[in-house]
Amino acid sequence: MTTPTKTKVISRKTTDLDTDYKWGFVTDIESDLAPKGLNEEIIRLIVAKKNEPEWMLEWRLRAYRHWMKLNYEEPKWAKIHHPPIDFQDIYYYASPIKEKSPGSLDEVDPELVEAFNKLGIPIEEQKKLSGVAVDAVFDSVSIATTYKKTLEELGIIFCSVSEAVQKHPELIKKYLGSVVPYTDNFYASLNAAVFSDGTFAYIPPGVRCPMELMTYFRMNTEGTGQFERTLIIADEGSYVSYLEGCTAPMRKSNQLHAAVVELIALDNAEIKYSTLQNWYPGDKEGKGGVFNFVTKRGKAAGVNSKISWTQVETGSAITWKYPSVILQGDNSVGEFYSVALVNNYQQADTGTKMIHIGKDTKSTIVAKGISAGHGQNTYRGLVKIMPSATNARNFTRCDSLLIGDKCGAHTVPYIEVRNPTAQMEHEATTSKVSDDQLFYCMQRGISEEDAQHMIINGFCRGIFKELPFEFAMEASQLLKVSLEGAVG
Amino acid sequence: MSARAGNHKGPLLEVRDLHAGVAEVEILKGLDLTVNLGEVHAIMGPNGSGKSTLANVLAGKPEYKVTAGEVIYEGSNLLKLTPDRRALDGIFLAFQYPVELPGVREREFMKTALDAIREHRGLEKLSVREFNKLFQEKIAQMEMSPDLVKRSVNEGFSGGEKKRNEILQLAVLEPKLALLDETDSGLDIDALKIVADGVNKLRGPSRAIVIVTHYQRILDYIKPDFVHVLIDGRIVRSGGPELALELEAKGYEWIKEAVESGERLSV
Repeated sequence: MTTPTKTKVISRKTTDLDTDYKWGFVTDIESDLAPKGLNEEIIRLIVAKKNEPEWMLEWRLRAYRHWMKLNYEEPKWAKIHHPPIDFQDIYYYASPIKEKSPGSLDEVDPELVEAFNKLGIPIEEQKKLSGVAVDAVFDSVSIATTYKKTLEELGIIFCSVSEAVQKHPELIKKYLGSVVPYTDNFYASLNAAVFSDGTFAYIPPGVRCPMELMTYFRMNTEGTGQFERTLIIADEGSYVSYLEGCTAPMRKSNQLHAAVVELIALDNAEIKYSTLQNWYPGDKEGKGGVFNFVTKRGKAAGVNSKISWTQVETGSAITWKYPSVILQGDNSVGEFYSVALVNNYQQADTGTKMIHIGKDTKSTIVAKGISAGHGQNTYRGLVKIMPSATNARNFTRCDSLLIGDKCGAHTVPYIEVRNPTAQMEHEATTSKVSDDQLFYCMQRGISEEDAQHMIINGFCRGIFKELPFEFAMEASQLLKVSLEGAVG
Repeated sequence: MSARAGNHKGPLLEVRDLHAGVAEVEILKGLDLTVNLGEVHAIMGPNGSGKSTLANVLAGKPEYKVTAGEVIYEGSNLLKLTPDRRALDGIFLAFQYPVELPGVREREFMKTALDAIREHRGLEKLSVREFNKLFQEKIAQMEMSPDLVKRSVNEGFSGGEKKRNEILQLAVLEPKLALLDETDSGLDIDALKIVADGVNKLRGPSRAIVIVTHYQRILDYIKPDFVHVLIDGRIVRSGGPELALELEAKGYEWIKEAVESGERLSV
């Protein structure tokens, strides 16, 4: 069996990187690293580290063996380009060294707390003031879950997936992999084999979660892949709004992030899932940055259930993700609201799939793509109406905004209708931030940068209103920072 | 207070021998104009004479290039300033073709602009409540719909609404030098009266207004102190309000002929 190495990770000065990324600090925390590379031994090590039961090991090994059969053949259909990824040159497990999970914030490594403060997520403050329950995942391991007690009183489970495996195995066994099976795609297989942590939430029948649940993800250790797994179950008649935010230090090398998110909404339940993705995008020449290859899918399993995805994607060198909804329950609703921004040499291939199975199901897709610099932005979406989905309806709107003349916007909508009662609407526009618009704003005393920010915010208005208020403010700031230097 | 504001003696605006154009074509060919605080000037001329060019050059629209001459505003060189700096210093252009800003709410747009201008003048920003009160007053004054605040700037506005909106913005921002570029075109008579009322309320010793227009009609409602006739990039004649009436009666051909025959009058 491979022995884990305990290394003090030395903080690397990142001032040599030419970038304005403001979340690029590296936190000096002792890190527990498994050796690089992936084999059955590593999976056994992860399982041992996490003290997981035998059935988890078997599931992971099945996933691993399936993945090996794929022979490192990544999906090739997306409009993205990158050098080959050496999957044996990645750390599949890195954890801050503290072995026992903290019972309260006082037990959390102070440097970690400081790291979260730098991220603008002061856990203490969040806990006291904003009523947001925060789970923080640092290099794949869940560090602290605040507000647990308040939630427990309502019967809401909000904890790390590791903890859920120990304490709620019946829920994990029933739902893990039920929406995204480990055979789903290359990265989903990899994730199932090696995921080290993530967030788990369960809302019991009839409970309306009184606060936003939130996870903050952070990659710290160099050369680590981050493979978190999120599972949210809204039982009958329940409601939950969940937020996730992500940042990573600046690294010259690319980091792989291959997460899987599964949502399940039973009868009359609703899940609202919001993402602010700000992984390190690479420098101005396109060096470094996170490869964000994520599988997100929700199953609106029950009648009148609803799943709503809202995402603001500004980070990552490459984003490859399609938060989707399977509209299985009659009268269920699926929504996808997205802003994807690319600048410099970023690439995004993102969109959604709406699979209509139940009767009277309804889906809405609003995707806004902003391209600047040499960025390439693709919307890729599938709306599929199955023969059983009588009276299904879909509305799709894709808008692209171009800044400068070196970037690209692409729209690839697939529509597959197998029931003649379906109603489909599709709208698409492409526009530029015009010199006339900038001049008009500046003539009123607004600086060029603020004018650009205002016009772009206007373009995204329909999406931002879907976000919780504080998140909408943060999203707007993130767009501003991500576009610095893109004017002119 | 910015250093130049308030303590400057002399004209607000002096344009001297201005040559300017767009894409290598010279449109203004030696234009002179002096404007003092408290004055209302009308610049009249046929199509293509350079009226809008003058307004855009003063506001700093990037595609217009100045090739010779100078523009002195409050005693300093205006031409080296960026458009937003000019606006902060008190120059306002009511656009001939106001621009649509999809998704940008009128209220947010105006609040951002007023905040920037007040900050530049050394004044406190208005609170949201104070601003909303001021904005609603001005909207009522322009007889516009109160739901304007929630609409996107100029998006889906009729031509007349856009022009009225320009004057609304003028009233909110209270500049020192207001340039009205063909604000009267496309307005019916009722809208014209409202716009003129709005402008007249802004007349006063701390402000100058320059109205660029093809037609005399707006001058029935906003009485200018001076009327200038712009032909082929130069001001060929200046006078009082009576000059506008004379133009209305005789047309621009009359002035052109007079200029060609060497007769040149100025105040």
